[in-house]
Amino acid sequence: MIRALTTRRTDLAPFLLLLPAVAVMLFVVALPLLFSLWTSLTPYKLTKPASLYVFIGADNYLRLLSDPAFWVPFGRTVLFLTIALNLEFALGLGIALLINQITWGQRGLRTIMMFPMMFSPILVGFQFKFIFNDNIGILNNALQSLGITDQAIPWLVDGWLAMASILFAEMWMSTSVFAILLLAGLFAMPRDPVEAARVDGCNPWQVFRHITLPFLMPFAFIAMTIRSLDVARAYDIVKVMTGGGPAGRTELLWTLIARTGYENAQMGKANAMAYISTLLSIAFTVYFYRKLMAARRFMGGVQ
Amino acid sequence: MAEITLTGVEKRYGALRVVHGIDLTIAQGEFVVLVGPSGCGKSTTLRMIAGLEDISGGQVRIGGRVVNDLPPRKRNISMVFQNYALYPHMNVRDNLGFGLKIAGQTPDMIAKRVDEAAQILGLADLLDRTPAELSGGQRQRVAMGRAIVRHPDAFLFDEPLSNLDAKLRGQMRAEIKKLHQQVKTTVVYVTHDQVEAMTLADRIVVMRDGQIEQVGTPMQVFNHPANIFVATFIGSPPMNLLPGTISGGAVRLADGSAVPVPPRLTGRAAEGQAVTLGIRADDISPVGHGLSQDGPGAELDLSVVLAEPLGMESLIYTRVAGQEVQAKLYGPRLVNPGDRLTFRLALDRAHLFDAASGRSLEAI
Repeated sequence: MIRALTTRRTDLAPFLLLLPAVAVMLFVVALPLLFSLWTSLTPYKLTKPASLYVFIGADNYLRLLSDPAFWVPFGRTVLFLTIALNLEFALGLGIALLINQITWGQRGLRTIMMFPMMFSPILVGFQFKFIFNDNIGILNNALQSLGITDQAIPWLVDGWLAMASILFAEMWMSTSVFAILLLAGLFAMPRDPVEAARVDGCNPWQVFRHITLPFLMPFAFIAMTIRSLDVARAYDIVKVMTGGGPAGRTELLWTLIARTGYENAQMGKANAMAYISTLLSIAFTVYFYRKLMAARRFMGGVQ
Repeated sequence: MAEITLTGVEKRYGALRVVHGIDLTIAQGEFVVLVGPSGCGKSTTLRMIAGLEDISGGQVRIGGRVVNDLPPRKRNISMVFQNYALYPHMNVRDNLGFGLKIAGQTPDMIAKRVDEAAQILGLADLLDRTPAELSGGQRQRVAMGRAIVRHPDAFLFDEPLSNLDAKLRGQMRAEIKKLHQQVKTTVVYVTHDQVEAMTLADRIVVMRDGQIEQVGTPMQVFNHPANIFVATFIGSPPMNLLPGTISGGAVRLADGSAVPVPPRLTGRAAEGQAVTLGIRADDISPVGHGLSQDGPGAELDLSVVLAEPLGMESLIYTRVAGQEVQAKLYGPRLVNPGDRLTFRLALDRAHLFDAASGRSLEAI
């Protein structure tokens, strides 16, 4: 009898000990997730609380699938992400290679390189908003003073220029993520294979192309995973610099979702959009993670 | 295949000189081993031949061509590194063929050469594996394969066996020797292990502190060391050294006992000269248990301090003139600490070094 009781107690003990953690997870993660999933299946409007209880199935999703007002920002986000990641990779790689070459002041430069990451994206947005302002911005002022142009270039007013300006701000802030990670990769790189390649007949470019770059790719994919999540949720810089304008031509997914949810009060529709965007982020993460694993497979166990 | 000539080759790091003007000619097809303790400049010398280190002074010629200012890729040499230095992201086939691919060879040609090398080194079954999936010995073999596929003018080996365990090292040593007999390419091989040097080399170059101490065939270096450093560095256990003074045709040791000057050296040592008597353990043995019984000898009564039986032979620790001396006993016979035995010194195999300069009196 006593024995039976003690066994029962040991059976339950692990679950009891886990209970607080499970409760917190339920309350903080599962509940909001389920709630938002539910709202995405209703025509919930913040101004009409009763609409929360009207179930409309996948209507929000079906309507979004044929809605260009959603797919254009969606495509723009993918395009923006692709361009930003590639340019940041190329630029970060260049910076890392240059810093790896210098022997004096390397630590100092590494720290300075990280300065942009220490600012709030909102402030970076404001900074570039003033730099790119067509009337009072320092950029137009400089271009005119140098006689390069006599017109005010509408940096944040023209659709394509505005997108490019946002891209510039984004890259200014975050290229160092790539630079830092790739530099770490260069530091960790064994010297022997490089020397072997030089003896094997490689010129400096071939050494880079065939030995250094493959070695750095796992580091690049880590940076890309981090940055793809970062850029896919871009909101603050865009909100501050253009607000998604002019006429929605810099609208990205999350500025659109925020507008739909908070300004238009269509929380149900906004949540449906958010779920689709989350899928996009997951897709990118899985893609880069796969690439990372494939690149890393060869690196294990050597040296 | 080519001859390699070093004339006055120097390496300086700022004010620090690590290689002090080396002169060395390595004949076509010769297997030369650079050996010395760590920090003696042997690896630096090899890396200067390879082009991985700048040459601070002097000249390196490969096949008659001065290569001082040529990058490694234009020297037509190949190198095997201590850490294998395989390309981790390529499989064995691509590792072997990489140099040929860079050189712009046709795929047929590359496949032919890779198969040939794989055949020689027994890598045929491993061609599709990545380096991470290979054992240490296999990786070393791939590194050697990568060196031979290009049919270079010379192979450079930089301590290729020091990352392997003792058994594998012995095996690979034999394979390297076989490989050289097959391909007959000039080899420069760097090691700190005197056994590797003795077994592999056509000629040994003993280095210390950035200078060459002696160049010679393994037998020359072993039997006629030019100085005390070479005498103690080559051979195991190290040669016994006993300080003494020449007096009346004999070496008078610290405790007053005398050992006759080896007959071949009479006249080379001046009366009253401070010398060091050098003799290997193999050449001091209890009477009747030595390698050679004839030839000039000297007998000493010594007591055994410690005996290490090794089966067919025993290493005996004893004391001569207050100094520890290692001797060898050949034949299965047990001796115990404290035993007093008569030892015979094979005088024709003993050496005399000038105490001040360390130079062998034979060499002068």
